[in-house]
Amino acid sequence: MTDTLKPDLAETGAVEETEPPRPHAEPQGSATFRVWRGDRSGGRFVDYRTAVSPGMVVLDAVHQIQAEQANDLAVRWNCKAGKCGSCSAEVNGQPKLMCMTRLSELPLDQPVTVEPMRSFPPIKDLVTDVSWNFRVKTRIAPFTPRPPDAPDGTWRIAQSDVDRVQEFRKCIECFLCQDVCHVLRDHHLHEEFIGPRFLVYVAALEMHPLDTGDRVEALRRAHGIGYCNITKCCTKVCPEHITITDNAIIPLKERVVDQFFDPLGKLLKVFSRREQP
Amino acid sequence: MPDYQTFDHDVLVIGAGGAGLRAAVAASAAGVKVGLVCKSLLGKAHTVMAEGGIAASLANVDSRDNWQVHFADTMRGGQYINNWRMAELHAKEAPERVRELEAWGALFDRTPDGRILQRNFGGHKYPRLAHVGDRTGLEMIRTLQDHSIHQSIDVHMECTVLRLFTDGGRIAGALGYDRERGRFRLYRSRAVILATGGVGRAYAITSNSWEYTGDGHALAYHAGAALQDMEFVQFHPTGMIWPPSVRGILVTEGVRGEGGVLLNNQGRRFMFDDIPENYRAQTADSEDEGWRYTQGDKNARRPPELLTRDHVARCIRREVAEGRGSPHGGVFLDISWIRQRLPNAREHIIRKLPSMYHQFKQLADIDITTTPMEVGPTTHYIMGGIRVDGDSQMSTVPGLFAAGECAAGLHGANRLGGNSLSDLLVFGKRAGEYAARFPRESGAASIDPAQVEDAVRQALAPFERTGNGGGPYQVQHDLQQTMQELVGIVRTAGEMERALDRLAQLKERAVGVGVPGNREYNPGWHTALDLGNLLTVSEAITRAALERRESRGGHFREDCPEKDPAGARFNIVVRKGADGRMQLTREPIAEMPAELRQVIEEQK
Ligand SMILES: Cc1cc2nc3c(=O)[nH]c(=O)nc-3n(C[C@H](O)[C@H](O)[C@H](O)COP(=O)(O)OP(=O)(O)OC[C@H]3O[C@@H](n4cnc5c(N)ncnc54)[C@H](O)[C@@H]3O)c2cc1C
Ligand code: SF4
Ligand code: SF4
Ligand code: FES
Repeated sequence: MTDTLKPDLAETGAVEETEPPRPHAEPQGSATFRVWRGDRSGGRFVDYRTAVSPGMVVLDAVHQIQAEQANDLAVRWNCKAGKCGSCSAEVNGQPKLMCMTRLSELPLDQPVTVEPMRSFPPIKDLVTDVSWNFRVKTRIAPFTPRPPDAPDGTWRIAQSDVDRVQEFRKCIECFLCQDVCHVLRDHHLHEEFIGPRFLVYVAALEMHPLDTGDRVEALRRAHGIGYCNITKCCTKVCPEHITITDNAIIPLKERVVDQFFDPLGKLLKVFSRREQP
Repeated sequence: MPDYQTFDHDVLVIGAGGAGLRAAVAASAAGVKVGLVCKSLLGKAHTVMAEGGIAASLANVDSRDNWQVHFADTMRGGQYINNWRMAELHAKEAPERVRELEAWGALFDRTPDGRILQRNFGGHKYPRLAHVGDRTGLEMIRTLQDHSIHQSIDVHMECTVLRLFTDGGRIAGALGYDRERGRFRLYRSRAVILATGGVGRAYAITSNSWEYTGDGHALAYHAGAALQDMEFVQFHPTGMIWPPSVRGILVTEGVRGEGGVLLNNQGRRFMFDDIPENYRAQTADSEDEGWRYTQGDKNARRPPELLTRDHVARCIRREVAEGRGSPHGGVFLDISWIRQRLPNAREHIIRKLPSMYHQFKQLADIDITTTPMEVGPTTHYIMGGIRVDGDSQMSTVPGLFAAGECAAGLHGANRLGGNSLSDLLVFGKRAGEYAARFPRESGAASIDPAQVEDAVRQALAPFERTGNGGGPYQVQHDLQQTMQELVGIVRTAGEMERALDRLAQLKERAVGVGVPGNREYNPGWHTALDLGNLLTVSEAITRAALERRESRGGHFREDCPEKDPAGARFNIVVRKGADGRMQLTREPIAEMPAELRQVIEEQK
């Protein structure tokens, strides 16, 4: 039909050259994985040696070990493509999605440690009890839209308004940010603080172009936003690259400050909200 | 003392994907007591992975769209063996279901005048898919999840249902176990809705997760319900093929909807070489026209890359078989070429297809804005499933309903992209409403404790066995290879006969599988229990595919490559016979009402 669209074969062949820098060569041969095996009552690391090949991710290695050496090795996963947020774990001490962690990112001349998220109670092996997160969400005031804009019951929203919150709506609920936040991990303030994931959730609701709910009072009290001291550890580990601290938490903190320490500002906000179409 | 805990509901929903969540919300709105059970955590079901969009004739982008066109497109895609009543209801109700999602907080991409934007997809005449970049499924499941947690729905996460119970032919409840502790739970319920998704794990190369072991199909079958159209499995034309560890992961059709083209190793756009007769009038005849279509030119016709999935998948297979494939045995999918047409192509691609960009960059070291992807077919979806009534979604077992991918009918021989997410919403809601009504209309059923004990005993058997037939993963692997090799995209009677022999051997091995460890979160045990379901659906697929001696939609027989007009007049129905063996019948398709026939004529 035509030749104009010929794939640039030089380019295709040059895949290796366009590779983003990976600190280590593509894996081959075999490698050792030091996997935490245990349950609520405790556990220990067990070494497994398994074959590795180019392109492999940590989850592949775990599955291979499960199929060949340890049928009862517990691990959560669903999509294997970074979309469901099930396979969170700590790989060489770093909070990661196992399905998106390429072995070429890791030094394979040493054992790769794979352990469960440490901020949550262990259930078995790599599986932790994350039910607290699901309970927290039910405490956050739900989406409450303004009345429809058009007689047919629909709304008119500008793409730019959608874009502003889309970042927060990308969250796959992997809870890696919850895992690293020191308020939860070290200080165990689960009753007082909802954690970065749910601050992102509140931000998504508060900045939703249709939402009329007000969660500012709750942010300050029930949700404990004051406990966050902006260390940005959560932002660094988010696999969806959500700028949790700068784009979600800091603006929310500003809202709290405005509303509670700036009554005039608060009044103006109330008016400007009402003026929305 | 029974070794299980008992729960009572009016409606039990099995599955928390789009269909299950929508059903639970509908049933709960009707004021009955609802339980919701799922194998994974809430929000992780397959629906989260959907990328391209939700099909609904909102007519926001092209005002010529309406339910009639959507109906005709769905029937044409399904090669006219669809349940026409479902196709009609789906086309009529999908727009309302999408608007309802917006009212619950979903944020779709917008048109310049602020309405929901719609994109082109294969087989849809007009831009019809409401979407959010390429993560529509996430938006949909999160919206439903966040809405549902404020309804009074009793959620049981990480709990797998093993068996359904009937009482005098009517549904009575279900037995499941929680993954965490391996404890059994008995659910007594006057109505049960199956929303368990698909069967992709029966194949070696698939876009589907571990959950897709055909549980709902098998549960319904063993409870006495009829399955239909099991021969129709959808092989999506574009899965990742390299590196090996990502083989099968989906590359959304949205790439082609945004202008991506398929090329063989000679750089030829081979999709222009074979355009089926019934789509010729709607297909572009030049590359330029195809490009203009993807950019919203209403006078242009769609490029051949957007023909139905069954056809595109077979064309790719042909190119590879005839030596024109890419280095790793696929073809090239190129979106980077649009640089030649758009000034800011890179940003455009990243904005329209962010997760594809991310996925290739991270997993394959490929920048799709500069480099063509390598793709090949992957097992994606099953059109067949539990036979249901079009209006109520009730199966042939009173009180047992089914919705979403595990139900059959809407898609006929081939599903159009985007028609699944809308299916989940439309029929999830209907199933929920009718199931909620069902308990009110009927008294309590009871469950025979002996049956429960039998189910428990069977579930625990793998711990008592030594596993001489190999471990559960070995048997699963061999099953997947069998289906991939012998009942895949291109089928012959001889190969399928061989598949049946091998399945019989695998069945023998499966009942001998033993597992180490204890009942607490033990994936080896879970896999052993899933094997029975995988074997049941694999046998149903194979037998139905042998029975249909023609090629139609997702079912292609090399030994009967033509479509037989008589084949449009029946569905193949599978039931469990009194002797425990699988029985097949050809059930005639009911005559379509004159007004729907006319709609199809007008849209030809
Ligand atoms: C990668 C990918 C992309 C896709 N993109 C699109 C798209 O753009 N547009 C579109 O329309 N369609 C798309 N599809 C298809 C569509 O996503 C699925 O068909 C649809 O999401 C299925 O939804 P469901 O509600 O039927 O089941 P699922 O979402 O799969 O949910 C099944 C539920 O059942 C539960 N379950 C299963 N078995 C049991 C059991 N024994 N006991 C208890 N619970 C059980 C599971 O845990 C899960 O909660 C895509 C599919 C894939 C894989
Ligand atoms: S920035 Fe705040 S929320 Fe994030 S990790 Fe630090 S303290 Fe926790
Ligand atoms: S905000 Fe990021 S790290 Fe936190 S749960 Fe969501 S996706 Fe995971
Ligand atoms: S398996 Fe879904 S994010 Fe890793």
